[in-house]
Amino acid sequence: MPHLKQTPSQTIGPFFAYGLCPEQYNFELKSLFTPILAERHAAGQPITIEGRVYDGSGQAVNDAVIEMMQADAAGRYVQADADIEASGFKGFARVGTGTDPQARFMVETIKPGTTGAASAPHIDVIVMMRGMLLHAYTRIYFEEDTAAHSRDAVLAAVPPERRATLIARRLPYANRAAYEFNIYLQGPDETVFFDV
Amino acid sequence: MDGSTPHPIVLTPRDWDAHPPYRYPDYKSSVLRSPSLPLISLDESLKNRHAPVYGASRLGPLDHDLTRNAAKNGAPLGERIVVTGRVLDEGGRPVRNTLVEIWQANAAGRYVHQGDQHDAPLDPNFLGAGRCLTDGEGRYRFLTIKPGAYPWGNHANAWRTNHIHFSLFGDYFGSRLVTQMYFPGDPLLQLDPIFQGTPARARERLVSRFSLDATQEGYALGYEFDIVLRGAHQTPTE
Repeated sequence: MPHLKQTPSQTIGPFFAYGLCPEQYNFELKSLFTPILAERHAAGQPITIEGRVYDGSGQAVNDAVIEMMQADAAGRYVQADADIEASGFKGFARVGTGTDPQARFMVETIKPGTTGAASAPHIDVIVMMRGMLLHAYTRIYFEEDTAAHSRDAVLAAVPPERRATLIARRLPYANRAAYEFNIYLQGPDETVFFDV
Repeated sequence: MDGSTPHPIVLTPRDWDAHPPYRYPDYKSSVLRSPSLPLISLDESLKNRHAPVYGASRLGPLDHDLTRNAAKNGAPLGERIVVTGRVLDEGGRPVRNTLVEIWQANAAGRYVHQGDQHDAPLDPNFLGAGRCLTDGEGRYRFLTIKPGAYPWGNHANAWRTNHIHFSLFGDYFGSRLVTQMYFPGDPLLQLDPIFQGTPARARERLVSRFSLDATQEGYALGYEFDIVLRGAHQTPTE
């Protein structure tokens, strides 16, 4: 078997918007991926996830791209594009932090189901930005699922004092279910990133 | 796939000798934007999770042709080129039907992005974004305009070398790759901290090669750029 070498990663740079998220940034090109991970008619509890990406000086990054991937309310991952049409569940979202004046990202989805006995509901996250030569992986859990967290194999691999960096906090909005998940690249609350 | 079900596919690990580090001080913005703590290893089930071909049904007929997909009242200015290559895994197997997204500056070295303040002209007939799916042999092909170099603020008299950004998914959650393709013989490569931040033995994999085979007679020079993603080690099933 031939052994080829992996192509090196490089940064997305600052000017990705018209290529990766054109509709969000008002370019005349159809977006293949949007900040909507699940349409409102998809089965499950509608939620939004919002947050910021902070650099090592505490500045909110306004040229980051976040991608999210998750299972549906029944714990199943999307297997084919055709599934999406019927269910309204896309399973994947892409959002830039450059269209909100406060550099927030916002994703509409549904609360993911459980994918296995040793796995609490979660969303997998890819983080990219100018200055980052290789994308980073992290994960979002939900604060109310404490019992499931104690059985989660991925959380078990994270030092207890760092687990809170992976837990989204419910926001006190009256009319909708929203969670805050901030990503800290450095500092005392540095987010846990994974070697995937 | 149920995360608890054993799966016969095991993705090859990330080759840390191939990729730039998160922190590379010569590339100034990496200093405050790099994780400082070691990454935590994940169990196999996540990296091995199969990722579907997202977005394929929304591709347009001109999405692969940047010389036409944003034309308003004529052709974009600059040198037309063909950019083509194969997406393979480390075993040399083609990665079929996978999405390749590209974006780039125009011939004058200017991006349409609002944040680009470089004093070079925009081209009303050029956006600089394209995407396509690989075919049964893992091949992709774009028609575009050769991107120009442009100044940036990293250090005194800093210029980004000509490049095209690439984004790929591959078949697995762990095979995601975002990279840049460069052009052979470009003198700016020696001075570019993003290119130089890549381990020396791996840098040349980012440089495309001129190809007469890919050149379209009477129309455009061809450049070939093969991309190798993490792939499956097939293990015996029980």
